[in-house]
Amino acid sequence: MTSINKPSVRHPSAKKNHIGLTKADYEGGMSTLCAGCGHDSVTAALIQAFWELDLPPHRAAKMSGIGCSSKTTGYFMRQSHGFNAVHGRMPSVTTGANAANRDLHYIGISGDGDSLNIGLGQLAHAIRRNVNMLYVIENNGVYGLTKGQFSATADFGSTSRKGEVNEQMPIDPVLLALTLGASFVARSFSGDKAQLVPILKAGLAHRGFALVDVISPCVSFNDHEGSAKSYAYVRQHEVETVETDFIPLRREIKMPSGQSDVTVVHMHDGSAVHLRAAAAGYNPRNRDSAYRHVQACMKKGEVATGILYIDDAGRCMHDLHRTVPTPLRDLPFESLCPGSAALDRVMERYR
Amino acid sequence: MSGINDFAFKSATVNGTGSASANSLLMEAIFRMGIPVTGKNIFPSNIQGLPTWYEIRVSGDGYTARPPVIDLVVALNPSTYAQDIAEVRSGGCLMYDSSWPLDPKLARDDVTILGIPLGAMCREAFTRDRDRTLMRNIAYAGALAALLAIDLQVIEQTLNEKFGRKKALLDANHKAMRLGYDYAREHFPCPLPFHCAPMDATSGAILMDGNTACALGAMYAGATVAAWYPITPSTSLMDAFKEFCQEFRVDPESKLNRYCILQAEDELAAAGMVLGAGWMGARSFTCTSGPGISLMQEFLGYAYYAELPGVFINVQRAGPATGLPTRTQQADLMSMAFASHGDTKHIILFPADPHECFTLTVTAFDVTERFQTPVFVASDLDIGMNDWMIPRLSWDDGYRPDRGKVLDEAALAEVKKFFRYLDSDGDGIADRTLPGVSGKGAYFTRGSGHDKFGAYTEDSAAYAELLARIQSKFETAARELPAPVLQLQEGATAGIVYVGSPDAAVREAITRLREQGIVADAMRIRAFPFAPAVRDFLERYDTVFVAEQNRDAQLRSLLTIETGFPRDQMIPILDYAGQPMTAGTLVTAVRDHLQGAST
Repeated sequence: MTSINKPSVRHPSAKKNHIGLTKADYEGGMSTLCAGCGHDSVTAALIQAFWELDLPPHRAAKMSGIGCSSKTTGYFMRQSHGFNAVHGRMPSVTTGANAANRDLHYIGISGDGDSLNIGLGQLAHAIRRNVNMLYVIENNGVYGLTKGQFSATADFGSTSRKGEVNEQMPIDPVLLALTLGASFVARSFSGDKAQLVPILKAGLAHRGFALVDVISPCVSFNDHEGSAKSYAYVRQHEVETVETDFIPLRREIKMPSGQSDVTVVHMHDGSAVHLRAAAAGYNPRNRDSAYRHVQACMKKGEVATGILYIDDAGRCMHDLHRTVPTPLRDLPFESLCPGSAALDRVMERYR
Repeated sequence: MSGINDFAFKSATVNGTGSASANSLLMEAIFRMGIPVTGKNIFPSNIQGLPTWYEIRVSGDGYTARPPVIDLVVALNPSTYAQDIAEVRSGGCLMYDSSWPLDPKLARDDVTILGIPLGAMCREAFTRDRDRTLMRNIAYAGALAALLAIDLQVIEQTLNEKFGRKKALLDANHKAMRLGYDYAREHFPCPLPFHCAPMDATSGAILMDGNTACALGAMYAGATVAAWYPITPSTSLMDAFKEFCQEFRVDPESKLNRYCILQAEDELAAAGMVLGAGWMGARSFTCTSGPGISLMQEFLGYAYYAELPGVFINVQRAGPATGLPTRTQQADLMSMAFASHGDTKHIILFPADPHECFTLTVTAFDVTERFQTPVFVASDLDIGMNDWMIPRLSWDDGYRPDRGKVLDEAALAEVKKFFRYLDSDGDGIADRTLPGVSGKGAYFTRGSGHDKFGAYTEDSAAYAELLARIQSKFETAARELPAPVLQLQEGATAGIVYVGSPDAAVREAITRLREQGIVADAMRIRAFPFAPAVRDFLERYDTVFVAEQNRDAQLRSLLTIETGFPRDQMIPILDYAGQPMTAGTLVTAVRDHLQGAST
């Protein structure tokens, strides 16, 4: 089966963003995922987020690995270059691409198997390097494409479609990211577009590695009674930590009246994220309390969502490597090759 | 062998005690006297305390392969006395530290034993333990200077350059040098019958190791992104690249870097980084050894199918598995040629020495971008970590990098719609675009089945068509890669085929064979896939030998697979125990076979 291209029909009144593009301009091919798949909702949220951000599609690079979630890069921004890497190894490819060109917007889409099983090592090191990218884990606790094996995030005691019980402790990507020193850690739910879109926008604007764990139930293999990642379970147990309302600088929106306890976090590009601390005393800038909060929620069987931690110091991999502002791939050859006179001088050291 | 400017000596010491400095000092001095010289470092996979040897061959005739016999051994490691004394040729010499009684193991009637109280002299002359240990090596270097007529002034000049600013160290070195030198002159007939005499055979040459040369090649080719994981014997390559970057790639005003070196968490990640950077349009490379190549297999196959550039320098060492990390071999030929599952094939370039490490690394970057596929530079430990005498490296400022078929914004404007994997001119190479330039050039890079339009496919015909086109790309490559180097003689009846570092041994062997009435030609293959000339050579001789440093005759297998030339018509000469091949091995093998064949 070859790719199916969506017909490009433009509704005449489709709203344009500040660079003159409609939402349809941010779409890609037609999804081949199962009907009702959580990932398709995440894709819709991504399209919404990029449209709202006025992101020029050709300035984005869509990176993914292998799995159902990794296929979704084909379903948005058809005018962006995409890279489906080998299973679990998208972080290394993105790191290399980013090293070569620091100016593009890197969007990594992966699944819990791709990121937390086979890809655990590479994810961890990309976080440590603070590669400037948005990293979305579409998390369903199961290997969808290979038909229903447990992944590393499968909750303890949850059952597979065939009735097997998982008795290994799960890896929580949010706790993992906090432990590894990630500078932006958030979680949301594929069915909560109102929360997810601002989180995705904030993550992309963040200068550094932005991890967004999105609970995205698998309708075929994990959305059944007994799964801790089903639509029903998550809706019942979700605890919203912080509301976010991402406001790009040029579109200042007044805060709704009657609200208080707002923390303002400035993003690198000058825009601002307004965080509402729903829980009393929650500080998104404190890694320790973020950790404790997430764990406390877990103990109660709850899923802490929202932007859980943010460090707006803005030092990414390129800052650490002290690379020039010009993308390395754009440097003229003359500025890279030392020339014959220099080689003659070097030769004198070997005589 | 064994006379003026025609001898070899070997020091046997303990690693981590500073003998490397003494050995390179001697080598440099001999080189500066204008005499061709080779050094082979035989070191352990260890930081401190195990045996290490250094062989220096002096050859006025310019033979640089590992020496056939050892004329003098400096035995400073009691744990290896037995094998060290056995290595000295009959009539040769053995120097030992006579601060302690002569070990019974060091007895041989036909070898002159020279005792020098190195330890005692250094204990008396120096107060710190560290100096006493270090300077003992410099003292034996001094003694050798006297015995072998290595110009003391040249040595002292070299010391001044090395330690010029550190007066205490300089003084200590001079002092230790003189101690050994004076003792030898006082107690032994100097010089020995085999010794150095100044010549003028090195004026256009340098002493350099292959790893440094590869690093320079990457620098001059304009590589900006490097990713690696440390592994013996490739680590010094990236260390050298980093130093050159710090010298040449730091913006003078902003002090910011025009390069990015990523120390990856493993070789698998390093491969991913190289390919990500190549996809984005930077010249990128990694350096590793056999075990790293094993880890990179998946990405290499991916890059073959998705058609991505990247230079992979493999400084080969003895395998399999962890193997002998500090011994040389040429045993990764098959795993490079066909890396990864499925129908894959990869371009390999084979440098023979550090000079070619420089030139072929530059070529590798042009080839990888032109053919949009990984390129291996197959070096080895012998080339990479030993100092070789090579012609000075030179650079043509007229060089322009071949970036291959990349459609920029202007070119895209001319195209109605861009499709990634179309071959418009029949050479098997499609146009590509770089991310971030234009939405018109957008496409997906994927390892899953794709058609010539770059779309995902499960269609049999479309899948097969694309694989056939990639195959034709490699047929183009075979005709355009560096040609083999032929050594031809009138009346040759035998041909010797090889790649890489055995070059020095083969050249010497050809001369020695001719002296014995055997006329053999040689073909040094420099690239895979093989040029048509390779098959032509194989068909020309009554007897064809394939000489290589691995157990399973991998080059011979590649020749059969690729050219169809019958495997059993090629006689293997295999030297795979971890030491560089000697001319003697080749001469014996060729002669024995030809004489056996004729009886």
